[in-house]
Amino acid sequence: MKTMMGLINLNNEHDFLNELTYFRCGAAVPLAGRFRLIDFTLSNMAKSNIQEVAIFTGNKYRSLMDHLGSGADWDLDRRHGGLFILPPDWNDPTDISKGDLRHFHNNLDYFERGKSDYVLISGSQFVSNTVYQDLFDYHIETGADVTLLTTTYDLLPEHHACVKVRVDENNWVTCLSNDTKNRHVFTNVYVMRKSLLLELVQDCIANYKTHFFSDGVKANLDHLKVNAYHYDGYSAIINSVESYYRQNMALLETESYKQLFSEGAPVLTKIGNQPPTKYRGTSKVNQSLIATGCVIDGTVENSILFRGVEVRDGAVVKNSIIMQRCTIEQGVHLENVILDKDVHITENQALKGAKEKPFVIAKRKTI
Amino acid sequence: MKKECVTMLLAGGAGTRLGKLTKNLAKPAVPFGGRYRIIDFPLSNCLNSRMFTVGVVTQYSPLVLNKHVGVGKPWDLDRMNDGLTVLSPFTGFNGGNWYLGTADALTKNQAFIESYDPDYVLVLSGDHIYHMDYEKMLAQHKQNNADVTISVLEVPWKETSRFGILNTTDDMKIYEFEEKPTNAKSNLASMGIYIFNWKLLKEYLEMDRNSTDSDHDFGKNILPALLHDGHKLYAYPFKGYWKDVGTVESYWEAHMDLLEEDLELFLHNNEWRTYSHDSNFAPQLIEANADVHQSLINNGCIVGGKLDRSILFEDVHVAENSYVKQSIIHPGVRIGAHVHLERVIVQENVVIPDNTTYIAQADEEPIVISPDFFEQATSS
Repeated sequence: MKTMMGLINLNNEHDFLNELTYFRCGAAVPLAGRFRLIDFTLSNMAKSNIQEVAIFTGNKYRSLMDHLGSGADWDLDRRHGGLFILPPDWNDPTDISKGDLRHFHNNLDYFERGKSDYVLISGSQFVSNTVYQDLFDYHIETGADVTLLTTTYDLLPEHHACVKVRVDENNWVTCLSNDTKNRHVFTNVYVMRKSLLLELVQDCIANYKTHFFSDGVKANLDHLKVNAYHYDGYSAIINSVESYYRQNMALLETESYKQLFSEGAPVLTKIGNQPPTKYRGTSKVNQSLIATGCVIDGTVENSILFRGVEVRDGAVVKNSIIMQRCTIEQGVHLENVILDKDVHITENQALKGAKEKPFVIAKRKTI
Repeated sequence: MKKECVTMLLAGGAGTRLGKLTKNLAKPAVPFGGRYRIIDFPLSNCLNSRMFTVGVVTQYSPLVLNKHVGVGKPWDLDRMNDGLTVLSPFTGFNGGNWYLGTADALTKNQAFIESYDPDYVLVLSGDHIYHMDYEKMLAQHKQNNADVTISVLEVPWKETSRFGILNTTDDMKIYEFEEKPTNAKSNLASMGIYIFNWKLLKEYLEMDRNSTDSDHDFGKNILPALLHDGHKLYAYPFKGYWKDVGTVESYWEAHMDLLEEDLELFLHNNEWRTYSHDSNFAPQLIEANADVHQSLINNGCIVGGKLDRSILFEDVHVAENSYVKQSIIHPGVRIGAHVHLERVIVQENVVIPDNTTYIAQADEEPIVISPDFFEQATSS
């Protein structure tokens, strides 16, 4: 049977979420009430019969490691394969590689030992709930060297930074660019033969290249057969605070929520063991996404509460994202605010951000 | 490998008084508290009180229970040398048969207990809701130099006739058992939690095995025999919430208890967590026209209607313009639009059609809507 091994390459994802990435890498940022960014791609891989997944982490990976643990919550604690978290550990004194190629060069044994002939590569910024099996079947069927997972968006600012794709009538990729008007977007998910990947890696290193996808795939478009597999399901790109806020808020619409969560298998994440959320007599909650373990006395409107948040009597939380274990005391008024974990807002405080630019408060602050 | 104490969790009971709730599953597997099954409470107590050698005795309808318990992972009981072992009835060289009573369940699993060469055996039942530190009870047992320690709860005097009552001296030494007495001398009720010195218990199990007129039951046979022979039996007073969810009415009541302010810390207690499985549903979505008060809601729920004093397990949908009051909704239930439920228990994956009303009056037993409820209604 033809199978894939997984690679989540975080090496090129910089700290793209301001205060939220002060203490953690982007992949470890919490979203949608109980998940972290990486959960989506990791769950998709786990559901695609991928038995081993490696993660190339750049920096600030402590929170990521704490979240992933042994991979048990994704069913990746395996005798055969499993989860490999690979921080920057440069062990080869003769190493001349640069950029994300250093990660490839120093972890070649992951690919060499893996029993699969194909590698699925992904970042963490593409949020979807799917299986990559169809993409893989398509890749085999077309005989392509590389198949890119692409989708179409009504363009938003977050799509500016994405690679855009132009294809011919058979979906063969003719051009990869940063064309700001092209709606056909590359999701940073792609699949190729392992032997080709190793070949391209060696080639890039020998030529002092720094970026595996740009220098290995994009630059070789003229002699590689690159195809595009179009994904039609619900998805989002999160690569800035604005897109983070917008895409979280989008999930308050029942339709979007059902598309991302209710269809197909659940998105896997670290299990938290919280009790059901308690709504007390005075609670008034509308149009909100609420995780477990919360205790709500106050008003919550058009907002997201992560696990274990307390909203006391008379407090109002509007258009906001409140992360794990925050406490909102009596009489507080919050609007267009993102509170990172463990923030304590004391009585009668009022905080308001702009609708387009929410006010972000870093972890463990008391205000 | 020697372990000081082996825990035997009796989870084989049918719980027939729960009616439809236990039609296809054992009582310890009945859903409770918005995300748990009843057995999660004693199993979480085991983890929180560091009792890591646990035998779970199963017999009646064990499929759901076995799947839920698995290798004990949610309770950290998937361990290298001990952990959780499911003990189902078995056949052997001399044939075999079902467990005939609570004591017989231990008699037939002597080999399991002996393999840990324990000093003490803690016997629990899998059908009560409470938080208890068994380690403290064991410490008390050792301090009293007791042969048996029985955990007891002070019940209201007017309810003593419903319980097995223990009469004790001032130092909590037991001198008499009274089963459901009309004129009780004490209000200390047995909670069905026992610690035995294993060597002594083994002798009594051996005698009980050969006795033809015995019910092979701890309460009826073993404990009275031990007391009669002058062994040291002590009561261990328990303070806190304890509920036997034996009937549909008490099952419903226990849920309403969870919504009371003074019991809130029971589930939201970070020092004494209750652990269970998690099916990884997304957070609950409370829609624009929803109105939610005094309720507990789990992951995966989508609420468009009005909830008052109700409990929603995972993956329940309540459509707009519906009103759910004082009801318990098990996982996967779909409640249509313009539905009115009051004092109702809806079982797993039932679909309640639009425009339906089910109300149990305050003096009636809560209505249980099971998967075959609508078939029965249409065929009759």
